Amino acid sequence: MSENETQIGWSRDDLAARAAQDVPDGSYVNLGIGIPMMIPARIPEGREVWFHTENGILGLGGVPEPDEVDLDVTNAGKEYAKVVVGASTFDSSLSFAIVRGGHLDIAVLGGMEATPSGDLANWTAPGRTPGVGGAMDLVSGAKQVWVVMDHSDRRGRSKLMRRCTLPLTGARCVTRVYTALGVFRPAGSHFECLELAPGVDAETVRELTDAEVTFVDVPAAESAS
Amino acid sequence: MIDKISTDVLDMLSVVPDGASIAVGGFGLTGAPIMLCDALCDLGRTDLHIVANNAGIDPTGVGRLAQEGRIRKFTGSFPSNKSFFALFHDGHVELELVPQGTLAERMRAAGAGIPAFYTPTGAGTDLATGTYPARYDSEGNVIEWLAPKDVRVFNGRSCVLEHALHVDFALVKAHRADRLGNAAFRLGSRNFNPAAAMAAKVTFLEAQNIVEVGEIEPDSVHLPGIFVQHVIASTGGWVGNANAPGASW
Repeated sequence: MSENETQIGWSRDDLAARAAQDVPDGSYVNLGIGIPMMIPARIPEGREVWFHTENGILGLGGVPEPDEVDLDVTNAGKEYAKVVVGASTFDSSLSFAIVRGGHLDIAVLGGMEATPSGDLANWTAPGRTPGVGGAMDLVSGAKQVWVVMDHSDRRGRSKLMRRCTLPLTGARCVTRVYTALGVFRPAGSHFECLELAPGVDAETVRELTDAEVTFVDVPAAESAS
Repeated sequence: MIDKISTDVLDMLSVVPDGASIAVGGFGLTGAPIMLCDALCDLGRTDLHIVANNAGIDPTGVGRLAQEGRIRKFTGSFPSNKSFFALFHDGHVELELVPQGTLAERMRAAGAGIPAFYTPTGAGTDLATGTYPARYDSEGNVIEWLAPKDVRVFNGRSCVLEHALHVDFALVKAHRADRLGNAAFRLGSRNFNPAAAMAAKVTFLEAQNIVEVGEIEPDSVHLPGIFVQHVIASTGGWVGNANAPGASW
């Protein structure tokens, strides 16, 4: 996270809460590792949302207390997790039939770079250990792909890029981007800013964004927390 | 009478030769056949082509096979453990990196008699365009790239041709199994085990509990015994994940 982002816009927790606000009641959702994993705790009360995990669980719950740990229940990040009442379990082949077959409403993933055309890079970078996991399957299969990420990388470089410089996870797949600065929709040639985080103005976003951003009737953000 | 139960794991796995291709079940260590992987190491088997989602977690399961230098080629989606990474970049191991769902479906296809299939997963990425390293030399130069995949457009979407992934052997782990090889899994430990068993000519199954025939209700058999050739009781205990809170190692 860049110095700027520790000072302005949404915190990581607020960002998860902001994305959680947009998850409709009755959705089936897959969550990537990182900020997306913070979303379940912030789903507004009264909504029933089902979480799918690549390793074969539909109905993933939160983090177990030490005395609740079941060695057979982990999330896709291999952390211990819980299953909720009403959950179902299955093998990897069926789990990815759910993904590839277009049955998931939303995949919420972390990102390294996203572009206005909806391209996403999030699986590898120079010097990283290789690992693609289910990211390519998720972006090709889910009805919507949301990216929740810092606005800039550790060196302060924008992650909302005109073009991806890192290897692609998928082309033209991203439908929404949430960063500490606001909510953005890939609109082809530019990002359309749908909402600005509290204390963030359009000028700041333009300065910190490589890709073009438009601001049309952007509402003032409500506090996410 | 069919009785697939073995009692000596080294004797049971002695038929696996050096150089064999072996699918290993498990997601991380959940549902991973640790006892069978240990036995392969104890038998000294090497030059193996391992097919698994993860390259294991050091120094357990596939992670032990990697650490001990017993893998010639790894096919999987998440080989992100340190010892494997070093071996790959030093030119000791060939890597076939495959998206996770494609990996599962390629194994299932092998077992289901489907030679190849088209999928949108990975289309246009380095994994499909022949631009991702498959092998380095000892100097860290790429000497082989993943083969480019055939592309065809269906309903306006580019899809890549993926081939069935047949293996000689599979090592899998179940919660319960009987002498016929019928097996049942618990919760998240099923993962790649059924597809691995389907893809293999010979499947070895490590069972947490050996049960009498009929104890697993027909509707509760997750992996029919026809896909399993050998069953052995697990002595390794139920193994958890290293990166879980409270893990002891």
